[in-house]
Amino acid sequence: MTKVTLEVNGKKVSKEVPDHTILSVFLRDHLNLTGTHIGCDTSQCGACVVHVDGKSIKSCTALAVDVNDSKVTTIEGLNKNGKMHPMQEAFKKMHGLQCGFCTPGMVMSAIDLLKNKKNPSDVEIREWLEGNICRCTGYQNIVAAVKEAATKM
Amino acid sequence: MASLVGSRVERKEDKRFLTGKGRYTADINIANQTYAVFVRSPHARAKIKKIDTSKALKASGTVSILTGEEIATDKIGGLIAGWAIRSEDGTEMKVPANPPLAKDNANFVGEPIAVVVAESLDEAKAAAELVKVDYKVLKAVTSTANTMNEEAIHNGIEKNLCYDWLLGDREKVKEAFAKADKIIKVDLINNRLIPNAMEPRACVTDYNTASEEITLYTTSQNPHLSRLVMSAFGGVAPENKLRVIAPDVGGGFGSKINVYNEEIVCSWASKKIERPIKWVAERTESFLTDTHGRDHVTHAELAVTNDGKFLGFKNETIANLGAYARVFGTVTPTYLFGPCATGVYEIPAAYSNVKAVYTNTAPVDAYRGAGRPEATYTIERLVEKAAMELGIDKTEIRMKNFPKQFPFKQTLVHTVDSGDYVAGLEKAKQMSDYDSFAERKKQSEAKGKLRGIGVSSYFEACGIAPSAAVMSLGCGVGLWESAEVRFNPTGQISVFTGAHSHGQSHDTTFAQITADELGVPIENIDVVHGDTDKGTFGMGTYGSRSLTVGGIAIVNACKKIVAKGKRVAAKMLEVSEDEIDFKDGEFVAQKSNKKKTIGEIAFACYVPGQRDEMKSPIPEGDEPGLIETSFFDPANFSFPAGSHICEVEIDPETGEIKIEKYTAVDDFGRIVNPMIVEGQVHGGIAQGIGQALHENTEYDDTGQLVTASYMDYTMPRADNFPEFNLGFTCTHATSNPLGVKGCGEAGAIASPPTVMNAVIDALGGQEITMPATAEKVWEACKSMKKSNSKVA
Repeated sequence: MTKVTLEVNGKKVSKEVPDHTILSVFLRDHLNLTGTHIGCDTSQCGACVVHVDGKSIKSCTALAVDVNDSKVTTIEGLNKNGKMHPMQEAFKKMHGLQCGFCTPGMVMSAIDLLKNKKNPSDVEIREWLEGNICRCTGYQNIVAAVKEAATKM
Repeated sequence: MASLVGSRVERKEDKRFLTGKGRYTADINIANQTYAVFVRSPHARAKIKKIDTSKALKASGTVSILTGEEIATDKIGGLIAGWAIRSEDGTEMKVPANPPLAKDNANFVGEPIAVVVAESLDEAKAAAELVKVDYKVLKAVTSTANTMNEEAIHNGIEKNLCYDWLLGDREKVKEAFAKADKIIKVDLINNRLIPNAMEPRACVTDYNTASEEITLYTTSQNPHLSRLVMSAFGGVAPENKLRVIAPDVGGGFGSKINVYNEEIVCSWASKKIERPIKWVAERTESFLTDTHGRDHVTHAELAVTNDGKFLGFKNETIANLGAYARVFGTVTPTYLFGPCATGVYEIPAAYSNVKAVYTNTAPVDAYRGAGRPEATYTIERLVEKAAMELGIDKTEIRMKNFPKQFPFKQTLVHTVDSGDYVAGLEKAKQMSDYDSFAERKKQSEAKGKLRGIGVSSYFEACGIAPSAAVMSLGCGVGLWESAEVRFNPTGQISVFTGAHSHGQSHDTTFAQITADELGVPIENIDVVHGDTDKGTFGMGTYGSRSLTVGGIAIVNACKKIVAKGKRVAAKMLEVSEDEIDFKDGEFVAQKSNKKKTIGEIAFACYVPGQRDEMKSPIPEGDEPGLIETSFFDPANFSFPAGSHICEVEIDPETGEIKIEKYTAVDDFGRIVNPMIVEGQVHGGIAQGIGQALHENTEYDDTGQLVTASYMDYTMPRADNFPEFNLGFTCTHATSNPLGVKGCGEAGAIASPPTVMNAVIDALGGQEITMPATAEKVWEACKSMKKSNSKVA
């Protein structure tokens, strides 16, 4: 067992967990933050993307203990004063989601893109999201949502 | 009040999905729950000689281990085939038993043999490793084309043949072919696909020892149907003691129609161990055991005249069912395929012959489009080849054979109520700038690239329901849909539907149609689905049926609400019922212009008395309350149609294909929410392009699934697609009062032949199989160069 201490969505948490607990499992099973989804076991699908110290990572690629003492933001932590983040608003406005399963990872990943690049082109958006698989939307409205968010962020 | 039907209303369900508040099955945990891990066959075909669980039972945390032996003793039934198909010679189809845990024989890699239940997931995994199964490995049968020549994998099913089915008239076809100037022939493989809903299958089961009720949370497209099957065929529990909840479901595409082994086993096991059980598939388990799609080998011919008129059509198809026949497994390659195989054309004579075979592979069932993509691929490859061989423009040959009058009595089964195929293709031509393709081709050639254009015109039969039709086709049950519209005393409305949304946006579209029918704000309407304890029975969501069947049941229930509201208003306003008009949520007395809002009526229906008032507002013969139910069974399928045009550019040096332009023009009748329909079309096209260019399911000779992870199975990514260009035409369906047609599958039906026709056009007519990977295309480009240099 290992003690893992993190700041998750602005709150300090500390848990004793088995050494091999990966971050996605830590968030879901130990903190009950089930907005982070697990869609594969090979770090391909991107449904589990969260921010660690402001950067997007697939939370299945890190052990919880690896990111000890860092700041983690999950999809649950994007709301500010009850208002959705501009990226969340844009996904809603542009119909960038259908079943919703890949959505948390998509949103977290897309926010990181706009942090690095203010007005990405279609090609840049599509290339950035290459690590997030969506089976519903054909990606078109996701790209539209990211562009819409770029005008607001 | 402005109509909401037809508006781009933002989705009611989005906030919960966008803020991490969605509740999927894997998010559910129940106090004192245990964890299940399945021991699965590592062999495609093997006899199970012995299962030794002794070590695993002693492992830390093990609660229970159950095998096929126990499930047989408890008389728990197996998985079922939902549709009975007869062979051409009149014999019934052959269906093997499919127990939830294999007892004597394993028939595909991943088939469950035993379940290990433990205190934690880690312990369950570790104990599952300790279960020793002694197998006698047998030679696997895997090839779709050759299976009938191999040893039978199921006792008593000769040649591995489930049925040899015929639709149409062989003699008439023979005569038509004798009159033809030319016979166009194609040999096609419709590649096997794995649906890959992003949410892996899962279930959580909870048995209550006092009430003896099992609650099953599961990833299902049709919870009511699951309960029926598990109760009637599985014998897991009587229906009143089995509650099935499909909460938020992360995509289905057909793969979550079936009741699966794990749901039956965990429900039964939960009762045995008297504790909740949770099971969540790992992605590789999904690859191995979710029902797959397609997998046809087809030879097809089209008899034509020199001026491009179609005289006759036939196809000889072998369809791979996998190891077992499942719910839609047997109907997908027959009645969902054959009737659509003559496409959008007047063809005087046709037949469709399908031999369905068993192999040692995962069961094949409905996958987005189910049969209709395979049919459209067959006819549209033939038509395109006919155009090429006859030297007729590919749009002109289609126009020439389109029906010009509706209803259109299609060759084999369907009477298509409405459509305008000419208008659709004309619009697609214009939007895709079809006429100036030659210039763009020249520009590509100047860069050393190949450019091709492909067309496909499709229709499909969806809104899977009409009981009279489906029963005559062999469905085991009628297929209608139900709705209950419940006005609460204080004016909000709960709409219960038997349909199920796993991405289709029912929370929004069903609320839109309810708002319009009842004249209430959409904010006051909640759509409830996915729980057998909430709402009446229902058939679920597949076959693009939710709106055309389930939505209409809601409309009809609303009409009953208005009818009762009129009676109540008449009494309250002291006029006769026919003097009341209902508009925009108000009941108005024609002469006096006195009004009651529908909210006031609802309140009066529930609180039918006022102080110092002796008379009740409830008319004689009516009961209090304002709740109405409707079961809708339409008169016909709905028949969306359209034309898609794709343009590709190929780099002959690398074989890389770039989709330069994709234009889709579809006719879905009246559209409730254009934003949502566009999303459905985008997703469908993307899945079809996935089939055409990227996705393939590969079993090796021993029956091992080689493509069992996202590192091996190519899922289409954002950078694989261009921006799709969508257009619509509109002819109303006549089989339902809204005039709507299904839209969920159309994209996946139309796009594979559209893309492949473009690729083959670029390759100068050279046939190539799906998926047209860079390697295959590069090889084709090489042989093209060779033949060109020979000509020179």
